[in-house]
Amino acid sequence: MNNHPLLQLTLMRMREFLREPEALFWAMIFPIALAAGLGIAFRNRPPEVLKVAAVTPRLTEALRQEKLLDVTQLPSQLAEQFVRTGKVALVAEPAADGSVIYRYDDTNPEGRQARMLADQAIQKAYGRQDPVAGNDRIMREPGSRYIDFLIPGLIGMGIMGNAVWGLGFAIVDARRKKLLKRIIATPMTKHYYLLSFLLWRIILLVAEVGVPLGFGAMVFGVPLRGSAAALIAISMLGALSFSALGLLVASRVRTIEAVSGLANLIMVPMWILSGVFFSSQRFPDLVQPVIKALPLTAVIDALRANMLQGAGFVQMGPQAGVLAGWLVVCFGLALRLFRWR
Amino acid sequence: MPESGKAALRVRNLRKSYKDVTAVDGLDLEVSPAQCFGLLGPNGAGKTTTIEICEGLTDPDSGEVEVLGLRWSSDAVELRQKLGIQLQDTQLAEKLTVLETLRLFRSFFRQGPGTDEVIHLVQLDEKRGARVGALSGGQKQRLALACALVGDPELLFLDEPTTGLDPQARRQLWDMIEQFKAAGRTIVLTTHYMDEAERLCDRVAIMDHGKVISQGTPRELIASIGVEHVVEFSAGNTLLNLDAVRALAGVHSVRRENGSVLLQVTELHRAVPELLDELGRQGVPLTELRTHSATLEDVFVHMTGRHLRDE
Repeated sequence: MNNHPLLQLTLMRMREFLREPEALFWAMIFPIALAAGLGIAFRNRPPEVLKVAAVTPRLTEALRQEKLLDVTQLPSQLAEQFVRTGKVALVAEPAADGSVIYRYDDTNPEGRQARMLADQAIQKAYGRQDPVAGNDRIMREPGSRYIDFLIPGLIGMGIMGNAVWGLGFAIVDARRKKLLKRIIATPMTKHYYLLSFLLWRIILLVAEVGVPLGFGAMVFGVPLRGSAAALIAISMLGALSFSALGLLVASRVRTIEAVSGLANLIMVPMWILSGVFFSSQRFPDLVQPVIKALPLTAVIDALRANMLQGAGFVQMGPQAGVLAGWLVVCFGLALRLFRWR
Repeated sequence: MPESGKAALRVRNLRKSYKDVTAVDGLDLEVSPAQCFGLLGPNGAGKTTTIEICEGLTDPDSGEVEVLGLRWSSDAVELRQKLGIQLQDTQLAEKLTVLETLRLFRSFFRQGPGTDEVIHLVQLDEKRGARVGALSGGQKQRLALACALVGDPELLFLDEPTTGLDPQARRQLWDMIEQFKAAGRTIVLTTHYMDEAERLCDRVAIMDHGKVISQGTPRELIASIGVEHVVEFSAGNTLLNLDAVRALAGVHSVRRENGSVLLQVTELHRAVPELLDELGRQGVPLTELRTHSATLEDVFVHMTGRHLRDE
């Protein structure tokens, strides 16, 4: 078995990948760095405390009852200057007729928020009774944060990119160097060549999915609520569909430039439309059916449903159907169009 | 091994056209077993198209091809096992080592020598662990030959095996091809080097514009043009009466080329003294004088008026 052509061809795939440090970087390290960077940039911060000023001790005392306000007592003129320079969001001072004057910039959200909080605190301190008591239950659960949304998106993007680039480049490069022609001048069974790509993709999938998943789970506590078997199955189906797409892209092209252009033409719209970084729901309803039919949308939606909502095989059925459709169509077309020379 | 008397390769009335050129125009060939057969011709003569049709990589427009008594249309699987093929300028995977490359190619064949044996045969023992990308041109070409040999082929096709190599690397490759030939195997090679064809080939077909214009052993072909030697001389810028030279005994033909004069002669011992006398009579100073035995190059020039390699 050591000399089975399929084993030797798959070993070739593996060696070519591992001996290309750049490929290793883009496929493995880059998605982690991206997830870490975005996870930190969009982390949920604790509610911010607003700085405000009051002119009299009584107003100061009233405002201090609100925990979200940081109150300083200042003389009127200085307080006004502080508002102008943005050092405090608002100043409260008494008017001659017994009312309260709030000085703030109403175009600044902080000013408007400070106005609301300050007025509430002062009304309460002066004796206002709320007709209904409101109690808070804070929910900061994993699953609803940006990083939870992002990790499945990045995994989907990785499965697509690695499959389309991986097959596209390797095949066009081999065709350009006449290595494809040389290989079919041997008794090699032709489908072994293709099969070796798929086999290597499946092997690589363990790392492609496992690394960002493990990173997200360990560093950010991204939840994994669905069945692992369903997650593995949908990833494999995705990898096969995108491999078929890569094969189709590479079926006739002879230059690296042409295959790069073609791959980008196919992948860039999906990066934007399929909800990698932000929800695809933001696009108009009219295009939603088109977006739902894209293979990247299917993979990402299925992964999100599985990881965040605990979806199993049945719930991922529609997405699996979309992927299977792409697999059959792309593979069928690629086999028809493929040129060995 | 094919039975003796049965052709290793038989090509009948082969034709192949591309969009605007006729690459092969009614070609007939017959190669006997254990023979080294050369297709000699300039670039664009149709050599590569012909050999790739024989290799089953290109479909002919019409004509018959029989390789080892088999046909591509019905016996492709069987044929692939029996052939060793080296294509013109294939680049093998640069990131694999010599050994890994040969293991890969060996895995495609049912039978054949071990990879170590083949590596030794092409003298790449010291490079077995080296990446293909780090090999010299000659070493890459030897590896390509090794890839053609791993299946223990009955028939070896070599397309321009030494093009682009330095003289030493070419001689090394010739030695290896001769070893294979000595083992009684059949070789079909294309080349535009007449010295390569003369040294390696038992029979040569000279091709031009998709046709075989002459076929035979190198000796026969050279003898067929009726001249044994070529005399080449330069006489500076002096005016020279060529008619007088043409009339000299033993001179077959006279041609000017790049400021030199080329004579095709039958008897060197008579022609050269007479030439020197004639030049003396005309008072022409001789700046250069060379003679060589007629080669396949001269055969090609004789038949087409052109050189094999257009410089």
